[in-house]
Amino acid sequence: MAVTTTQPPRPASGAEPAPGGRRSRGRTSGIHGSRWTPYLFLAPFLALFTVFVLVPGVLGVWISLHSWDFLLPNKPFVGGQNYVDLFDSSSVQFESFWNGMKATAFFVLISVPFLVVLPLLLAILLNRRFPGRTFFRAIFFAPFVLGVAVIGLMWAYLLDPSFGLVNGLLGAVGLPDDTAWTTSQPYAWISLAGVTIWWTMGFNAVIYLAGLGDIPPDHYEAAELDGASAWQQLRYITIPGLRPVLIFVVITTILASANMFGQSYLITQGGPGDTTRTAIMVITDLGLSQYRMGEASAMSYVLAVFLSLIALVNFWALREKK
Amino acid sequence: MSTPSGPLTRRRMLTGALGLGGAIALGACGSGSGSVPGQAPQTVGGGGATGYSGPKVSLAFWNGFTGGDGPYMKKLVDQFNGEHPNIAVSMNTMQWADYYTKLPAAVTAGKGPDIGIMHVDSVATNAARKVIQPLDDVASALKMTESDFAPVPWKAGIYKGQRYAIPLDVHPLGFFYNKSVMEQAGLDPEKPPTNADEYGAALDAMKAKGVQGHWASPFPFTGGLTVQALIYQFGGSLFNDDGTQVLWAEEPGVKAMTWFQDLVKNGHSAAKIAQDADLVALENGKTAFNWNGIWTINTLGAKTGLEWGVAPLPNIGGTKAAWAGSHQFVLPTQRTPDENKAVASRVFLNWISTKSLEWAKAGQVPVRNSVRESAEFKELTDQAALASQIDDLHFPPTVAGIGDAMPEFDKALNLAINGGQDPAKVLSDAAARATKILEANQKKYGG
Repeated sequence: MAVTTTQPPRPASGAEPAPGGRRSRGRTSGIHGSRWTPYLFLAPFLALFTVFVLVPGVLGVWISLHSWDFLLPNKPFVGGQNYVDLFDSSSVQFESFWNGMKATAFFVLISVPFLVVLPLLLAILLNRRFPGRTFFRAIFFAPFVLGVAVIGLMWAYLLDPSFGLVNGLLGAVGLPDDTAWTTSQPYAWISLAGVTIWWTMGFNAVIYLAGLGDIPPDHYEAAELDGASAWQQLRYITIPGLRPVLIFVVITTILASANMFGQSYLITQGGPGDTTRTAIMVITDLGLSQYRMGEASAMSYVLAVFLSLIALVNFWALREKK
Repeated sequence: MSTPSGPLTRRRMLTGALGLGGAIALGACGSGSGSVPGQAPQTVGGGGATGYSGPKVSLAFWNGFTGGDGPYMKKLVDQFNGEHPNIAVSMNTMQWADYYTKLPAAVTAGKGPDIGIMHVDSVATNAARKVIQPLDDVASALKMTESDFAPVPWKAGIYKGQRYAIPLDVHPLGFFYNKSVMEQAGLDPEKPPTNADEYGAALDAMKAKGVQGHWASPFPFTGGLTVQALIYQFGGSLFNDDGTQVLWAEEPGVKAMTWFQDLVKNGHSAAKIAQDADLVALENGKTAFNWNGIWTINTLGAKTGLEWGVAPLPNIGGTKAAWAGSHQFVLPTQRTPDENKAVASRVFLNWISTKSLEWAKAGQVPVRNSVRESAEFKELTDQAALASQIDDLHFPPTVAGIGDAMPEFDKALNLAINGGQDPAKVLSDAAARATKILEANQKKYGG
């Protein structure tokens, strides 16, 4: 029947638990205990949030308005000069900062699509029932357990252009064995993206798996009865069902990729040239080895503004369309 | 990196800097108090010359000797503790990169160690930031004079007319060679080349046998050190003496970078190699020559079956010269000065600076003339070979923040050696950026 093909989307969007949820929320006025109770429960997190996010966040703005070295007695107030310098092409920091921003943006572009799509496919695969499923789930998640120091050093050795195992294996099967994986472009980017995908894919897959578990199996059953193909089930049930999870994954992955530091620090040392020197590398060097904390703070706020904008765009793009 | 000198292997340098990764953007939250720790009294207990007879004190000694050098320093500290029942020195070793980040924070918090070690090019920056105290009293009380020490590292401890550091050692660049590879190419392994012509002839002889004789690293270790040495050899310098001008883009700099780049262009080096691949290639018999730090003596010494030798750098540019780093003793500023500890620290400094022969075994050249000229030191033939360069060594000027300019030099190196770009162009671009950094530093540190 013609109806069946247009039918599937409806159950998904029609299955909102909204009315029930709203009613139970309306009961809060009648709850026992002081009205401070919720704040008491929030207090432990709030304390940590205040100490490690709020105070440094506000202090950081203050620092960014100064020429700040915490050990020098004079920390002259410079107003918005640190910010102005970032947009003045003749300033010291302009070139390295925007080069870092460009490298960061590029890494986000080449890594995030893979980090969103591949784990989804992996999660769908691992969500099926087959012998050894738990074992494979563990295997794919395993790299994420390792620290960046471990994976960075390990891949630096594996990808070494002259003595690395990767080139050795390629040579053994008759492929070119002299690819400069870490010291030439585009291979340096390919290596960094590949290592990052290998490293963090398991984490996103686990989140997807949790999301998949929340989609009621009867939706698929119903769709199957209506004759929906596997692709239609993915398109009309799985992806809409995963929307909140998807937003979370996209945003956290963009943030993680935009904060990429260890991989390029360890594997490519920001090279070749400074093509893989990310914004965070620039900021770290400026703030913690040159002790120009004012300028470094200004840079991090500019980076933060960019990331907030991207997060907003994400929310908007993936919003529930009514 | 912030500390371009010193025996940082890649492992040490990288893992050390990782700690920074977590604490970035808003990292300045370390201390907002802005208080500057008070200076210790200028002259303390005779500057350590008269010994220490007070109550038992314990001293904290921080350093970054995480490699093969650590055990040697530990042995010295143990010996000192044995000979001084009322002083207990406890040594805390961490990665250099961690050390340089941690020390200022610890000093601000009043938790700095009593004694520290610093690379020569970090002394001025830390003196300007008041992380370390002036040591003129120690030098004069101990009657240490320039004539006791090699002049280059001795002068390097002075910032704005005051002494802030007592040299422990120098670690120069040396010329390491694989004897087996040289033999295969028909070269005499006991006669390594000593000048540009011999060097070129040796490289050509190896090329004829299909060996790329000198792998050119596009990274600060060891490419940056090599090109710096070459710049000095060609009669140039990185900076002018007061650290206000960048000179590496002048003719000697261009010549040096071009010579190094030609190693790749003329097929004497593999292209686009990774960090440390130059030394690995020497160990594996893929190349014969590598200019590396003196600490490589112990690295190569640990490889059984490897036939290698070490000699002073060949004179390529016309003037004998070599890059070097130097470990220097410093006394970190104390927020609450303790007279007893101050005296005991100075006693330790003096004692250990006379024991630099033991330390030389860790792969260093002692700076005390008496030690360097002793028969015992000359028995350490490898170290002694490199010690002969002692008067030809070059350090960057003792100007606060001079290390901030070095990453620009390293960028130029990478673009020239790895990217094959024009040396003159990349050097002058880098010099323009570095000049701006130096100008900003002058403003920041008050000239």
